[in-house]
Amino acid sequence: MSKQLNVALIGNPNTGKTSVFNALTGLNQKVGNYPGITVDKKQGICKLSRGVKAHILDLPGTYSLNASSLDENVVIELLLNKNDKDYPDVAIIVSDVENLKRNLLLFTQIKDLKIPTILVINMSDLMTRKGITLDIELLEAKFHTKIALISTRKNSGITELKQLIESYKTISTEPCLDTTTIDTDYFQSLEKAFPNQDIYKLWLVITQDANFGKITRQELDVSKFKTKSNQELKRLQQKEAIKRYQFINAILKEGQIIDRSKATGLRSKLDRLLIHKVWGYMIFFIILLTIFQAIYDWATIPMDLIDTTFAGLAEWIKNTFPGGGKVTDLVAEGIVSGIGGIVIFIPQIAFLFFFISILEESGYMSRVVFLMDRVMRRFGLSGKSLVPLISGTACAIPAVMATRNIENWKERLITILVVPFTTCSARLPVYLIIIALVIPEGYIIGLSYQALTLMALYLLGFGMAIFSAYILDRILKTKHKTFFVVEMPNYKLPLLKNVIITVIEKTKTFVFEAGKIILAISIILWVLASYGPGDKFNNAESYVQTYETQSAHERSDQIAAYKLEHSYIGIIGKTIEPMIKPLGYDWKVGIGLVASFAAREVFVGTLATIYSVGSASEGENIDTIKTKMQNETYADGTKVFTLASGISLLLFYAFAMQCMSTLAIVKRETKSWKWPILQLIGMTAIAYICALIAFQFLK
Amino acid sequence: MRLTIANLKKGEKGIITDSSSEDIPLKLLEMGCLPGNEVHLLQLAPFSDPMYLNVNDSFLAIRKETASLIVIQKIDE
Repeated sequence: MSKQLNVALIGNPNTGKTSVFNALTGLNQKVGNYPGITVDKKQGICKLSRGVKAHILDLPGTYSLNASSLDENVVIELLLNKNDKDYPDVAIIVSDVENLKRNLLLFTQIKDLKIPTILVINMSDLMTRKGITLDIELLEAKFHTKIALISTRKNSGITELKQLIESYKTISTEPCLDTTTIDTDYFQSLEKAFPNQDIYKLWLVITQDANFGKITRQELDVSKFKTKSNQELKRLQQKEAIKRYQFINAILKEGQIIDRSKATGLRSKLDRLLIHKVWGYMIFFIILLTIFQAIYDWATIPMDLIDTTFAGLAEWIKNTFPGGGKVTDLVAEGIVSGIGGIVIFIPQIAFLFFFISILEESGYMSRVVFLMDRVMRRFGLSGKSLVPLISGTACAIPAVMATRNIENWKERLITILVVPFTTCSARLPVYLIIIALVIPEGYIIGLSYQALTLMALYLLGFGMAIFSAYILDRILKTKHKTFFVVEMPNYKLPLLKNVIITVIEKTKTFVFEAGKIILAISIILWVLASYGPGDKFNNAESYVQTYETQSAHERSDQIAAYKLEHSYIGIIGKTIEPMIKPLGYDWKVGIGLVASFAAREVFVGTLATIYSVGSASEGENIDTIKTKMQNETYADGTKVFTLASGISLLLFYAFAMQCMSTLAIVKRETKSWKWPILQLIGMTAIAYICALIAFQFLK
Repeated sequence: MRLTIANLKKGEKGIITDSSSEDIPLKLLEMGCLPGNEVHLLQLAPFSDPMYLNVNDSFLAIRKETASLIVIQKIDE
């Protein structure tokens, strides 16, 4: 059996920790979950010599062992629990050569836990350019550690790092700071109360924000030992930070020389432009436009390809196995189309994460937060929420995934909850046909009524998103206080390898986690639409009357319409008719609403089937459906589609949560069914009320 | 008059004299907002909020309300 050793990768955000992880593990990595929370668990395997494998855990980026978010709490929970299966044999602290002093604060904390610790100094290729000289031997001796100077950009130092990992047993576990010197009296009495415990660990447990950790708090019952008020504890923590910096500064004074005259002005030059009061916003606007163009327009090329490929595949299966009966139908129309419905999202997800990871890697995203914070915070959103909100206009699925970059959980949750209000591209076909149907052609100051209506719908979606964020910000309570401290990292050229790995990883997450739910629901929807109880469905041919003038096409369209009417989905449509009647819809629209759950644009296709124009060619299809819908009347001769019912339907589509794929991804991102269900009920209720008021008012 | 980071103008510097207010996040202290360290106000967003500063070799953005809790002494250059 080959021996495996556990390695934990720890470091401040923006130090290139993920690059080190990628360099060590390549594509041998997977993303899982920590049980019960929404933090991604990234782990990978790194092969060392002689068949030894290192299991590398990439812990969330943190500035210190004092957790201020769920992500950071993961780090401390693991490091305080020796029984955890991931408890590291050796810790690697990734630091950035330009921020060594601050990175070392975390290093000294980890050292004090008496875990063998390797210090990685990343971006060492920049040392000469930045005028930094390090005395590695001295630093190794004074910090009781081994140092690996690496550059993930130049791919240097990785082999040396692997050798250090392998010889981890030779690394000293001597702590950096004697905890008791922070406050001698207090720590002596603490030692007396818990004689068998490590004093620094005790101190950490006592000072952690009670809202996060389960940790060993109960086990130790430190609550009995609360001899200090919160304010006093905070003072001691400040004193601890000062002591740590004194220790670090004393060593760096000898071991590090910085020639400040060499510092390049790249940061200040770029900052002057990128966060300028006018240019900054304009550049951000152009970047948003580019992202929008990519996922709204460029992505349609591969999407169309995927669409035709899967349609062709389904057709091929039906033709190749004609004897298969229901099994062939299930595979071709249920499963293959269902998988096609998942794969179709990949281009948009890939495009969006391509851009987002470039924005994050380059350091630009922090500037966006800086620019947008004042506006967005009023609505309980983060500056980073703007990218998901704009992307939502193409599709809510990649947009919800993009919220992962928002550190604050409340802001992330609000963004996830309101993103589906923005007008996604699947609503567009529905809008277009209904607008064409009920909004008169005509112009006001050179602008067509129909175009104005469409624009109003886009604004309405965005406005609703912002408005509900404002409301949610006041309703949702978080247990812990939020604060705003954003590091403004150095500008860096993004590493292509990191960008590609992010794109692959996000796509995989979507396909394998949200995909399962989407496939299951689409098969259910397919079954509901393709089967029905009783003779009317199963023997539709004998119920549909034949006319002499009828072509074969027309007849099969009519049978298809009759079958849909008597399928399970048709029955559902008829059952909900009393509920949707006050909104101005009949049961045929009801079927369309239910079928829309697969994807909103299905509404148009479903109506085509039900008005028996299914087999008409694409172009004439829309016109035919339009004419059919226009002539559609109730038994008493009044029209079904009027201005009132049309506006009501537009509003319903603008606000209702009708997309199972969005629900699936929200479930994946919030790790619970609570939020998607709340979203489904809340949004649909808003939609229902708005549509009801509109119809009753305009009728 | 009590001077805080929030009173600094763009490009001005100060030395932190007190950062013990309970409402200052610990994270900020650990990033180096500690007495004795120099603060350099680099840029301001519209309406002077948030503020972009350099302290202890760290580049940070904080909101004005937090900045107004960190007491400083101005350095005249």
